[in-house]
Parts: sequence; structure tokens; C-alpha cells
Amino acid sequence: MPSLFFDFAHLLAGSLVLLSFMLLYQSRMIGVINIFTAHAVVLATSIAWQAYIQNAPHLYFTAAMALVFKAIVIPIALVRIVERLHIHRTIDTAVGIGATMLLGMLLVALSIVVMLPVTAASDPLAREDMAFALSVVLLGLLMMVSRRNAVSQVIGFMSLENGLILAATGAKGMPLVVEISVAFSVLIAFIVIGIVIFRIRERFDSVDVPDLDRARGDQP
Amino acid sequence: MSFGSFALTAVLLIPVSAAVVLALIANYNISARINVLAAMATFLSAALLFVDRPPTTSYLIVDDMNTVFIVLNTFVGFTTSVFSASYIDHELESGKLTPTYLRFYHAMYQVLLFGMNLALVSNNIGLMWVAIELATLSTVLMVGIYRTPQALEAAWKYFILGSVGIALALYGTILIYLAAQGAIGEGLDAMAWSVLVKRAASFDPALLNLAFVFLLLGYGTKVGLAPLHAWLPDAHAEGPTPISAVLSGLLLNVALFALLRFKMVMAANAKALAPGPLMVTMGLVSLIFAAFMLYRRRDIKRMFAYSSIEHMGIITFAFGMGGPIANFAGLLHMTMHSLTKSGIFFAVGHVAQVKGTQQMAGIRGLTVTHPVLGWTLVIGVLAISGVPPFGIFMSEFLVVTSTFSRQPWLALPLIIGILLAFGALILRMQGLVFGEPTGSNAPDRASLVPLFAHFGLVLAAGIFIPPLFVAWFQTVAAMLG
Repeated sequence: MPSLFFDFAHLLAGSLVLLSFMLLYQSRMIGVINIFTAHAVVLATSIAWQAYIQNAPHLYFTAAMALVFKAIVIPIALVRIVERLHIHRTIDTAVGIGATMLLGMLLVALSIVVMLPVTAASDPLAREDMAFALSVVLLGLLMMVSRRNAVSQVIGFMSLENGLILAATGAKGMPLVVEISVAFSVLIAFIVIGIVIFRIRERFDSVDVPDLDRARGDQP
Repeated sequence: MSFGSFALTAVLLIPVSAAVVLALIANYNISARINVLAAMATFLSAALLFVDRPPTTSYLIVDDMNTVFIVLNTFVGFTTSVFSASYIDHELESGKLTPTYLRFYHAMYQVLLFGMNLALVSNNIGLMWVAIELATLSTVLMVGIYRTPQALEAAWKYFILGSVGIALALYGTILIYLAAQGAIGEGLDAMAWSVLVKRAASFDPALLNLAFVFLLLGYGTKVGLAPLHAWLPDAHAEGPTPISAVLSGLLLNVALFALLRFKMVMAANAKALAPGPLMVTMGLVSLIFAAFMLYRRRDIKRMFAYSSIEHMGIITFAFGMGGPIANFAGLLHMTMHSLTKSGIFFAVGHVAQVKGTQQMAGIRGLTVTHPVLGWTLVIGVLAISGVPPFGIFMSEFLVVTSTFSRQPWLALPLIIGILLAFGALILRMQGLVFGEPTGSNAPDRASLVPLFAHFGLVLAAGIFIPPLFVAWFQTVAAMLG
């Protein structure tokens, strides 16, 4: 396999990690959505590249789906929600941005330390892809716990899902599951946006999770 | 098409078509009946799998192990649909649900049953993941169906934590594929569980270890193991009671089933890390934690949700111990817990409806105002806390004795946890059923048949289990290793 194949695949996977970092320090909703769009575009390119180098045409379909849904439909819907609900303002963070970035770096280091020795025997392409993918997954988790707004938690979750798809396409020849999991990530995004946020807006004037916390049933 | 393939197709196809039909029918009286009929038909076809089974394909499999789970699952799915049919009338009258929402609810109920059945029969580990995700999503929607602030919060929390769990599980699944790909090669075989178990000895142990950690955390979240249980009490307390019953009785089992499948793959590789100690630790932590939490509950459904965490802890502990006796005890305990806990949720549903509250402070003296319901609840709580002669006593006894004979020190925390939970449940039960009655005296109109059926089975199992079932459970216990 020519080294260009690896280099470009790694460039794309690495940019995904970088974009995940950028998601962590955005202070405005629109900024988060824009970065997420870029995230999805890079993911789609990366899937298409994997399709090309693995000679797996079905992955092109996955790439197209990621592009259409995650880079076009969902960002438009999210922008609309943000405008309708007037939540452009600064995002509430549970952990400070500096601390979040430091934690993020630790997580990336952790995933490299964990993944590289373990996958020593497998295909070198899959190997480094898995380390990058794990970083994206962990950064997505970090975003979900460090943000208080429901919308940015959803975006955190979708970036996490992108990491999973990166891993699934990096694992060479993984059968069928790519299509199914993409279909499911779309379903999730729809359910989140369509139902949860819609319903939350109906009942509350805010989509901040602490407002929900107040409504707990079992307080002594 | 063989007889077994026919039964398997029916188990999957009936819930799907019922979901479509139910989504189209506006009259909730008719749709409640169709729901019951479909669930019954699914249960009957599942029972046929005992007689004959279809050949294993790369997507679907029926073996000794999942037959037990499928039959239990479809049975409780059926009885819960009967309970649900008599439960929803009241919810409509009190205005908590509208007919439109009921239509959605019935369709989702069948989607949930389909998701669980598919997860149980799937041979492909990717398909299993998709099915569990489908089941999770349908319950998220149902937990939020009352649309009160509490229900929405519970649904949101369940959604977020459930998705994180399911995402970690997918990463674990991909790692398993990577491990298998090295030994088996690319393609469907590297994701087929039946092939994985046979060839696991030649997989890379380091990859398998890492994969199992992700799978344990991922599916462990869905089992409700501490410290990943935070979604469970809220989801149980705020959703409709029939959903609490299937969540506790079935969905937790399905997630545990997935974990057991992977445990078997791990066990087949001698160089990989032993999964037992991890499961034993998580099980014990859940048991002790939930036992303490039981004392502080004020909401009756929330209390029984913590009791589910406690019992899932015991079951995970038993499977973690391994060996023929502990596995047998784990299987028996799982069956008994499913039957008892869903029965208790039926009873709690009746209680909450007649008293108009879930707060335990508002429920007193049930045996005076509603003798039949009150005493049935007493029986249920006695059964779940492990009093003889009920089935749960038997299985807990087996877990404790098998632990004593192999790791006496582990038996100590186990017994402490069980006794603590016993104390909490008995203490709370006294307040609920005895003393000066409070709250409304509204007559209970819902059907008690499913309740009696469940408790009757649990009592019967505590006294005598037919040798056929014992033999079956022993085969499965041997498979689990």
C-alpha cells in the first residue's frame, strides 16, 4: 500500500481529533454548530478515502449519508432551533475551558497509550485509526459532561458517534454494520432534535439541563 | 422451511407487523386487544423454539442459552400487555395520556418487544448492538410519554447515559471484530458469535481484553450496574408502570445476555483476562450500594427500581463466579427476578392508581382499604426480599452456598448486602400495607390476573421445579462455563 494512503487517512483522522478539541472551547452556539459541520465534512471525506483505499464501494454510500445528514440537514435544523429558542448566548460550562482542554489532552494521550500497544499486531492503518477514533470518542464524552446545554450535549454525542464511525470504517472489511450504524446515528439525531428538544421547549423556557434537574422527584 | 425457522420468523415478524398495524389504529380499546394478541402469539411461537430450532446462519442463531431468555422475555411481554390493557383506561380517565399518545405507546411497545427478541436471537454481534439500541430508543420515548417535567428529565438522562453506554459497547464490538479479523479474516464470519466462540483461542488477547472493558462498561450501563446506574431509578419512576415492568423484568436481562455472550468469547481464550473478577466486583458494588440506597427512598417505584439494581448485582455476581452451580443459580435468579419484579410493578401500578400518588407517605394501610391488593403486595415484597418458600430464596441460597464453598470471604459482603436489602424492603412494606389507612379508597378495577400468574409461578418454582427445566438450566450453565 502506498504511503500516501496512510498519510492522507491519518491527516483526516488527525483533523477530526483537532476539530473535536475546537468543539471544546467554543463559547457560542453557532460556533459549536459550525465546527460540528466541519467535523462531519471531514468524517465524510475520511470515509470516502477509506472506501477508495480499501476498494469498498459500499463505504461511498456511508460517506454520502454522513455528508448529507450530518453536514447539511442536522446543522440547518440546529441553527433553526437555536434561533427559535434564542440561545445564541454564551454556553454554560460545568468545567472551565482551560481545565477542559487539559483533560482533553490527557484523554488523547490515554487513548494513544492504550490503543497503540494493544493493536501492534493488526493492520497499521487500522491501528492508528483506532487510536484517533478513541480520542474522538473520549473528547465527545468530555464535551457531553462539561456542557450544561442540551443542544451542545447532543452535538457532543454526535461527535462521539462520528468517532465510532471512523473506527468502524477503519476496521478493514467490517461487514454491513457501517450502513446500519449510520442509519442509527441518523435516527438518534432525529429523535433528539425532533422529540426531546421539541418537548423540552414546550414545557420549559430553557434547554439548560440544570433547569431539568430542579424537577427531580425523589428529593428528601 | 422447517418448523423451527417458522417459529423464529414468527418471533421477529409478529411484533414488527403488530407495530405497523397499531400505529394505524386510532381506537385504543381495539389496539390494546391487538397488543395483547400479538404478544401472546409471539410467546406461543417462542415456546415452539423449545421443540425445534432453525439452523444457525451468520445473522441469527437459536441455541440452548437464548431459548431460555426468549421464552422468559416473550412470556413477561405477554403478561405485561394484559396488565397494560387494564392499566391504560385509568390513565386516560385521569387525563395523563391522550388517545394519540396511546396509539404511539402501543406501537412502541411492540417495537420494544421486537428489539429485545432480535437482540436475543442475533448471531451477528453488530446486529445485536443495533437491536439493543432500538430497544433502548423505544423505551426512551416511552419513559417521556407523560411529558411532565420529571418524565422529560428522566427520559433525557436515560437517553444521554444510555447512548454513552451504547456508544462504548459499539467501540467494544469493533475491537472484537478487529481481534477476530486477524485470525478469521474479513467478512461476516468475523462478527458471527458462533464462529467467534469456536475460534477465540487464536485471537489477540490484548485486543480482547480492551474490547471486554468497553463492552462491560457499555452494556453494564444498560444492565444498571453501579456506578453506571444513574438513569435507572428515574426511568423506572417516571415512565408508565407497564414500561417499568418490562424495563426491570426484561431489558436489563437482554443487556446482561449480551455481556454473557462476550464473556463466553473471553473464556474461550486462555491468555485473555478472566472476565469473572470484574463482573464479581461490579455485581457486589451494585448490590451493596443499592441495598443502602433502599433505605432513603420516598417514591415507591423508585424504591423497587433500586431493588432491581440490587438483584442485577446478585445475578452479575453469580455469573462472574462461574461454574455449574453459580451459573445455574444466576439463571434461576434472573428468571425469578424477572417474574417477581414485573409482578411487583403491576401491583405498584394498581396501588398508585387507587391512591393517586407514588409517594410512600401517601400510601398507608393498604390491607385495610384494599385487602386483596394489599396482601398481594405483601406476598410480592416477601418474594423479592428472598423469604422462603419463594423461588428467589432458592436462587439466593444457591448463590450464597456456592460462594461459600469456593471463596468464603466473598460470601460475607454478599450476605450483608442481601440482609440490608431485606431489612429495607420489609421496613418500607410495613408502612405501606399496615397501620391507619390514608389516601383515597377508590376501588381497584384493573385486572389482577397477571399478578397472580407471576407470583404463582414464583411460589411454584420455590417448591418444585420440573426436572425438564432443571436439566435445561444445567445445560445452559455448563455452556456458560
